[in-house]
Amino acid sequence: MDIAFASETLMSLLSALPLTLELAVTAIAFGSVLALALALARLSGMLVLDWLARSYVFVFRGTPLLVQIFLIYYGLSQFAAVRHSIFWPVLREPYWCAALALMLNTAAYASEIIRGGLLSVPHGQVEAARACGMPRFMIFRRIVMPLAIRQALPGYGNEMMSMVKATSLASIITLMEITGVAARIISESYRVIEVFVVAGAIYLAINFLLTRLIAFVEYRLTPHQRQPLAIHAN
Amino acid sequence: MNSPAFFDIISFGPDGWGHALAAGAWMTVLIALAGFAIGSLIGIFGAWAKISGGPVPRVIAEAYTTILRGIPDLLVIYLFYFGGSAVVTAVGQFFGAEGFVSFPGFVAGALAVGVTSGAQQTEVFRGAFRAVHPGELEAATACGMGRVLKFRRITAPLTLRHALPGLGNVWQVVLKESALVSVTGVVELLRQAQIGAGSTSLPFDFYFIAAMIYLAISTVSGAFLNASERWFSRGVRRG
Repeated sequence: MDIAFASETLMSLLSALPLTLELAVTAIAFGSVLALALALARLSGMLVLDWLARSYVFVFRGTPLLVQIFLIYYGLSQFAAVRHSIFWPVLREPYWCAALALMLNTAAYASEIIRGGLLSVPHGQVEAARACGMPRFMIFRRIVMPLAIRQALPGYGNEMMSMVKATSLASIITLMEITGVAARIISESYRVIEVFVVAGAIYLAINFLLTRLIAFVEYRLTPHQRQPLAIHAN
Repeated sequence: MNSPAFFDIISFGPDGWGHALAAGAWMTVLIALAGFAIGSLIGIFGAWAKISGGPVPRVIAEAYTTILRGIPDLLVIYLFYFGGSAVVTAVGQFFGAEGFVSFPGFVAGALAVGVTSGAQQTEVFRGAFRAVHPGELEAATACGMGRVLKFRRITAPLTLRHALPGLGNVWQVVLKESALVSVTGVVELLRQAQIGAGSTSLPFDFYFIAAMIYLAISTVSGAFLNASERWFSRGVRRG
């Protein structure tokens, strides 16, 4: 393996790192809001909302992400109404199309994880809060949501990691994030192994840091499960 | 520029894209099946290495699953496609051929999908083996079964039963991942939709139809998997 070439590759790939992170953070941040809304719609008990959320999740989990990206980036421009609408400056940009597709996609997967978390909150906890005289929204904010987040965090962590990996698909619609730059270097230099090793190492490093971060948040959220600190008498 | 109406696109007539899209869908299923089969082989060996392999196979299997689950599938596809082409070109030059020889996209795609799904299937098989009651394996040994006989009659069927739900999930992932193989130029469903979108300038119609076909394939195969799960678990007492 050529060290000089590898370090040169590392430098150009690292310059693409911000775009990858930006895509992942945007998608996860907006996606989590939509996911919460979808999960609440599933649990609302209203037939129309339940049915809508169900079909949303079914469609977005049943089709490949790349098809969703193509539908938004290439597909929407087919309609003159879209091209003349106020959304066109956004939908014209490959960055926003990729971010939008990733966001809609992760929302479908994450809504099921959040729903599982919300369902896992023991009924007794809610009852106790109600007995204390808390209004509905306060019960949700203080009791249900914190317990649900704690429960859903490991699953949500996996979903975040698959989102980091999914940002690589943005390279297919011309975005020069890590995989895009890697593909360009490969086609210029034909040195597949070096580029693959360096790019793979960057993704592994991101995901490793992400697992550490999630483990830390999990540690902070579960103080009751920690060993009590040993107190030395003397 | 001719712009056919939506239902003309899916028709099987002379101007319709029905045949082309059906052929693309068939290719998608073939890639997914080939990738899944390769992944199953890797998964079985990986699980064996993790459960009863020596320290070296175990470390290799551990590194393999960690790495393959941490890097994007698209990168793996590029590795096999460009890497395979580099190898084929080198071999070609050795035998006197000139210039760049491209690696068949189908093989590169199936291998890439197989290697990534193999990491997932390793975990599925390992978990399924854990779920087999040790008493059942002990009983087989106590009956005097040899290692091969025990594996064939007891271990394999019981592991498979527990692995089926997980394998179903992996299959759905593989089916969607096969869409990425379109970057190698194999004319599967998504590539066919791209071709159609390019020549009719109706991208939305074509990608929408492709999405619906993917949905149909995953729904039908999901129903089939549920049925086989019921069939293989018919001896299990519930509740």
